[in-house]
Amino acid sequence: MLRRTALHILPFGTVWVLSLVFAINACAEIGIDRDFSGRVNIESRWFPQAGAFSGQGAYAIGFFVEPKLYFADAKGRSLTLSPFFRYDNADSRRTHVDLREAYLLLFGEIGNSEWELRVGIDQVFWGVAESQHLVDIVNQIDLVEHPNGETKLGQPMVQVTYSSGWGIVAFFVLPYHRARTFPGQSGRLRLPLVVGDEDVEYESEAHLDFAARYSQSFGVVDVGLSVFNGTNREPFLMPGADRSGAPILVQHYDQIRQFGLDVQITVGSWLFKLEAIQRAGARNLLGREEDYVASVFGGEYTFYSVFDSAVDLSVLGEWNYDGRGRNATPSRSPNTLENDFFFATRLAFNDVQSTEIVASFLGDAGRSTRALSVKLDRRIYDRLSLDIEAIHLLSIDQADIHYDTRRDSFVDLSLIYNF
Amino acid sequence: MIPIRPIYLCFALCLILLAGLPVCADDATPEETGLKIAQDAHAREKGFSNFTAQQTMVLRNKHGQESQRQLRVKVLEVPEDGDKSLFVFDQPRDVKGTALLIHAHRESADDQWLYLPALKRVKRISSSNQSGSFMGSEFAYEDLTPQAVEKFTYRYLRDEACGDLTCTVTERFPVDKKSGYSRQVVWRDKEERRVWKVAYYDRKDTHLKTLTLENYAQYLARYWRAGQMTMVNHLTGKSTVLTWTDFQFQTDLNDRDFTQTGLKRVR
Repeated sequence: MLRRTALHILPFGTVWVLSLVFAINACAEIGIDRDFSGRVNIESRWFPQAGAFSGQGAYAIGFFVEPKLYFADAKGRSLTLSPFFRYDNADSRRTHVDLREAYLLLFGEIGNSEWELRVGIDQVFWGVAESQHLVDIVNQIDLVEHPNGETKLGQPMVQVTYSSGWGIVAFFVLPYHRARTFPGQSGRLRLPLVVGDEDVEYESEAHLDFAARYSQSFGVVDVGLSVFNGTNREPFLMPGADRSGAPILVQHYDQIRQFGLDVQITVGSWLFKLEAIQRAGARNLLGREEDYVASVFGGEYTFYSVFDSAVDLSVLGEWNYDGRGRNATPSRSPNTLENDFFFATRLAFNDVQSTEIVASFLGDAGRSTRALSVKLDRRIYDRLSLDIEAIHLLSIDQADIHYDTRRDSFVDLSLIYNF
Repeated sequence: MIPIRPIYLCFALCLILLAGLPVCADDATPEETGLKIAQDAHAREKGFSNFTAQQTMVLRNKHGQESQRQLRVKVLEVPEDGDKSLFVFDQPRDVKGTALLIHAHRESADDQWLYLPALKRVKRISSSNQSGSFMGSEFAYEDLTPQAVEKFTYRYLRDEACGDLTCTVTERFPVDKKSGYSRQVVWRDKEERRVWKVAYYDRKDTHLKTLTLENYAQYLARYWRAGQMTMVNHLTGKSTVLTWTDFQFQTDLNDRDFTQTGLKRVR
């Protein structure tokens, strides 16, 4: 279904993008600043081991296109549009479209303070940690993109920001909920049952969600305090049936209230990081409502110009805690981050090609689930970059919900053309 | 024996200084003279309020292979502290829209934030990376960010001809232990205190790099800016030519353009 939709949208989208390109050229003549940029990514994934379910292949090949259009008048008022389309030959659910950004931005001054208004579809990032983004709740995760959950779906919103000497306050009205994307029947990295993408269940239908955040820098300390009241971004997955009666996992979204805190202290070459949330109203792994506290705490240190070279070496460690313990819901595949350690090193070569290698390890302190990842980024030509990533699932505990992904280690090769 | 008491001599020297004549090096120590030159150069920069400009960098390795960087720069003068600056990258295209915000401080470490447009994430980063390469070029961060007078100690060496002008040659020693340099030798002309050449010495006191500045132009009938800066690394044979264009002074930029909210607004 999604795939069909995507293929219908593709020709339409092409016409739409092309007409906008003509439109922006026309804008130049009436003094409107415009910019057209974006990227095309050709990606292939290789899964060396056979999957746990029949129909799962060893190779996936596809691409995505993400153009970005920007218009601004002389006062800086702007309109940003960024559609996204991905095609994947192995998993029809990975073939999808999204509007990552489509917002109008206005801003101005009130005395020594400033206001900013963003209306439309946008993305918001909160937080400081690397292993997971606990406090970050405004946007839904586009999980089919990558199991690390770093990619997000566009979220319709009205965002009002007021900044002055005592800090920055942002208010969000979020009128529409996006359901998380999940791999399909033939996709890798999936749960024993396919997660349904139609007939999503809500505790409260068409709920108007609200969020707010205060942030301020106090010298070396950066602090963020946030609150969210509305529809959970993390689904509770319950066994059910699709329209044809086949067993699936149904996404159910509860009404929750979350308080968040994020702190970073930057001293010399050290970064100390803390994120913590208190969430009420969500169901735990057993399906019972349980209020809980979760946190991620850690540090990062960078050795600059190691051995008299241009190379910078960063080491970081983070500890993830979830008060629900074994009943915690999985926030980042393959691990349920109830008591997990994350270690990473980053080598930035600071060369002309901006070569960077990141190696990371995520391991459960109580169970045997452990994953290793190595990623290399390098610009190979002015507009062409290469990303190679290998994710090795060393072991997945039988008690983990992700046990069936244990043979889904993969190597990802991406060639990116930036325009 | 000259029958003039030192107090009168000092008085006379002060009068000469107040008259705006070139620094009189006869009586001051080389350290005092060096500091005076730096202070004088800084005083001439005061009051610019803000400026914007475009930077193009051509990176060249010893085989002559080239690669290009393009960025926009915005600088805001902060009278009682270090300046605020914003760098927005346009090229290479994979980092387009990435922006670096620096709040420089006279006494304490600078504050730096990096905006990553793909994630819409503002990251507070360490400012200890001063000696690191800027975008893979031969310029280090500390070569490009505004340097307050207080960040060095000084020693005047000599006067010498530089082209048609006469230059003072001064050594300066970074106060910050994280600087990649043990010292820098700076050539400034006596008339306008423009920098024409800087020789950089690494921590082992090896002559590492030389910067030469050309194509000076004056803005608002006061502020001099070089149009081209060439940095040559003597150890690797690599070089970077930085060209500045589209200088605009006293634009409508203000404090609000140099906040984290302003950082998220750059494109």
